[in-house]
Amino acid sequence: MPRIPVGDGIESGLQWLVDHVGAFFEAISAILLFCVNVMYQVLASPPEFVLIAILALIAAATVRSIGMVVFTVLAFVLVVGMQLWTETLQTLAVVTVAAVISVLIGVPIGILAANSSRTSRAVRPILDFMQTLPVFVYLVPAVFFFGIGVVPGIVATTVFAIPPAVRLTELGIRQVDSEMVEAAHAFGARRNQVLREVQLPLAVPSIMAGVNQVIMLALSMVVVAGLVGAEGLGGIVVNGVTQLNIGVAFEGGIAVVILAIFLDRVTSVFGTRRQRSPGIPEWIRGLLRRDETPSSEPAPV
Amino acid sequence: MSATSVIEVRNLSKVFDLSPDQARKALDAGEDRAQAVREAGGVLAVNNASFTVESGELFVIMGLSGSGKSTVIRMINRLVEPTAGEVIYDGTDIGGMAPQQLRELRNKRIGMVFQHFALFPHRTVRENAAYGLKTRGISRRERLERADQALEQVGLSHRGDAYPDEFSGGMKQRVGLARALATDPDVLIMDEPFSALDPLIRRAMQEQLLELQEKFRKTILFVTHDLNEAMRIGDRIMVMKDGEVIQLGTGQEIISHPANDYVEDFVSDVDRTRSLTAGAVMQSPWLTASVDDQPPKVLAWLNKSRGGGVYVIDGEGHIVGVATGERLSEAAASGKTDLRDCVVDDFMTVSDETPINEFCHLTGGHIVPLAVVDGDKQLIGVVPRAKVLHAIATAAEETPQHA
Ligand SMILES: Nc1ncnc2c1ncn2[C@@H]1O[C@H](COP(=O)(O)OP(=O)(O)O)[C@@H](O)[C@H]1O
Ligand SMILES: [Mg+2]
Repeated sequence: MPRIPVGDGIESGLQWLVDHVGAFFEAISAILLFCVNVMYQVLASPPEFVLIAILALIAAATVRSIGMVVFTVLAFVLVVGMQLWTETLQTLAVVTVAAVISVLIGVPIGILAANSSRTSRAVRPILDFMQTLPVFVYLVPAVFFFGIGVVPGIVATTVFAIPPAVRLTELGIRQVDSEMVEAAHAFGARRNQVLREVQLPLAVPSIMAGVNQVIMLALSMVVVAGLVGAEGLGGIVVNGVTQLNIGVAFEGGIAVVILAIFLDRVTSVFGTRRQRSPGIPEWIRGLLRRDETPSSEPAPV
Repeated sequence: MSATSVIEVRNLSKVFDLSPDQARKALDAGEDRAQAVREAGGVLAVNNASFTVESGELFVIMGLSGSGKSTVIRMINRLVEPTAGEVIYDGTDIGGMAPQQLRELRNKRIGMVFQHFALFPHRTVRENAAYGLKTRGISRRERLERADQALEQVGLSHRGDAYPDEFSGGMKQRVGLARALATDPDVLIMDEPFSALDPLIRRAMQEQLLELQEKFRKTILFVTHDLNEAMRIGDRIMVMKDGEVIQLGTGQEIISHPANDYVEDFVSDVDRTRSLTAGAVMQSPWLTASVDDQPPKVLAWLNKSRGGGVYVIDGEGHIVGVATGERLSEAAASGKTDLRDCVVDDFMTVSDETPINEFCHLTGGHIVPLAVVDGDKQLIGVVPRAKVLHAIATAAEETPQHA
C-alpha cells in the first residue's frame, strides 16, 4: 500500500495559515501576552506576605478549615524561602489566564450542547480529539504560530483544558430536573430566562467542578509549557531536568504541587456546595434563620 | 361550542419519537393508528381526544400511568406540541399563537402545578411564588407582595423566607399552588399534584383545593390516577386508556353506567357502595314545612337557610311538593295563604333501601337534595350530593387499591 501523506498535508496546511493569516496569530499573541502581564503585575504588586495573607483569607472563606489556612501560610512561606515566589506568581498568572479563556470558550459551548443534541453530537468527537491527542503534538504547531515563549504554552493549555469545561457545563444543565425547566416555561419564561434563572444557577455546582478541572489541567501543563520557553515554575523544572540539577527540579516541582493543592481545595468547594441565592453565604443565612428544622405539616387551613 | 366552555379540545393526537411527516402519515393510516405508529417506531401518547371544559368546573382526567394524561394537558398550553388536532382556548386556536402570545397565555391565563412540585431550590418560597409575576416583568416589591398574598391563601403566610427544601411535601405543593394562584389565572392545570403526598396529607390538600375552588371558581384541569381522588373532587371525570378518551361524565354517571369493561373494572373499587343504602347515608331533612304553614313564614325560613326550596309535608308525612322561593314570593305578594299553591314537583325520591350506586346519578339535578322515603312513603331524610360523593370516596378507600 502506498504511503498516504497525511503529515505532509497538515504541514503545508499549517504553513499556508502562517503565510496568510500570520497577522491574526500575532494579534492573538499580543493580547495573550498583555493579559498574562497584567495578571502578573496585579499578583506581584502587593508585598509577598500581604499576598500570602490574602491567599490564607481566601482559603479560610472557602474551605473553612483551620488546617487549610495553616497549610496555605506555611506552604507559601516555603515557596518564598525557596526563592521561587516570582516564578510561582508567573505560573499562577499563566494558569489563571488559560483557565479564564478555557471557561469563557467552554461554558458557552457547553450551554449550546445542552440545548441541542445535534450540537452535542458534533462537539463530542472534537472534544475527544482535543483531550487525547498527545500534548506535544499541538505544542509544536503552537510554537509554529506563536513563536517561543509563554503564549504557545497558554494556547496549548487552553486547548487541553476546554473539554472538561464544555462537558461539565453540558452535564450540569442536562441534569437540571426537567420538571423545573418545564415549570419555568409553563409560567411564560423565555428560553434565555429559563437558562439564566433556572438552568445555569442549578448547574453551578457542575460548572464549578468543570472550572476546578480546567485549573488542574492548566497547572499540569505548566511544566510542558516550560519546554517551549515559558517562564515560571515550568522553566525552573525544565532547566533543572536538562542540567541534571535534581535539587532545583524538585524545588520547582514542590512549588507546583503547593499551587495545585491550594487551587484545587479552593475551587472544589464551589463544586460540592449547594448553591442558593447568590450573595448571602450559607453560614450567615444559618444565623439569620429562626428555625433550622423542617417544620412538620401544619393543620390544613 | 357552548357559551361557557373555556377549553375545547378537538381530535387531539400526539406521536412521540417520529418526525412530524412520518407521524402524520402513520396517523392517516386509517384503521389501527396505534398499530401504524408503533410499526413506524413511534409512541402514540394521545389518540384523537376530544372534550370541552366548562368555565368554573373541576375537570378530572383519570387513567393509569402511561395513558396519556400528562401529554394531553401539556398540549393545552403547548408545552407539548400537538401532532394533530386543535385546542381552542376562549375561542382562540392555541396552535396558531405566535411565541409572544403563547407566553402571555401561559403567564396570565393558565397556571400549572406539578407532580413533584418543581419548585426552584435556589429561590426562597416567596420568590418561588412570585415567579410568574417576575416573568411578567412586575416590579420586585409588588410581585413579592402579591406572592405573600398567594402564600396566605394556601396557609403559608410568614414562611416566605424559607427555602423549599426546608418544607415537607404537602407544604411544598402549597407553594406550588401559591405560585400558580399568584398570577391569578383563569385556568389551573394540575398534573397529579397530590400523588407524591401520603394519604392523610393528600386528603387535607384535597379539602383545601375544594375550599379554594369554592372561593375562586377557577377552571381546573386535574390529573390523577386515583379514582377516590377523582370521585371526591371532580365535577366531571374523563377516563383515559392508551391515549384514548374512554368515558366522560360525572362521578355518579361513571359509577352507575361504566362505558365498558375497562371502566367497570376500574370502578370496581367502589363496589362496596352497593352495600351503602340511601338510609345509611341520608341526613335528617333540615328544612320542611307543613301544608298549614303560611307562605310568608316559609319564605322567611327559606331565605335564612339559603336553600333552593323547602319540602312541604302533609298530615301523614307524605311529600306534597317543593315550595320554591319564587312561588312563595308570588304567593306572599298576591296574598295567597295555601302553601299547596306554592309547590312544584322538582324533586326525586328514593326508598331508604336503595343502594347508592343506583341513585347516585339522581343527586344534584334538582333544587333540593334527594328525598329518602320509607315503605309508607313518608319523608325520613335527604341526601345532598356532597354526601354521596363523600360516602363513595370513603367506601372506596376502605377497599384495596386498584392498579
Ligand atoms: N417526551 C416523550 N418522549 C417519548 N415518549 C413519551 C414522552 N412523554 C410521554 N411519552 C410516552 O407517552 C405515553 C403517555 O405518557 P404520559 O402522557 O406521561 O402518561 P401519563 O401522564 O398518563 O402517565 C407513555 O407511553 C410515555 O412513555
Ligand atoms: Mg403523568
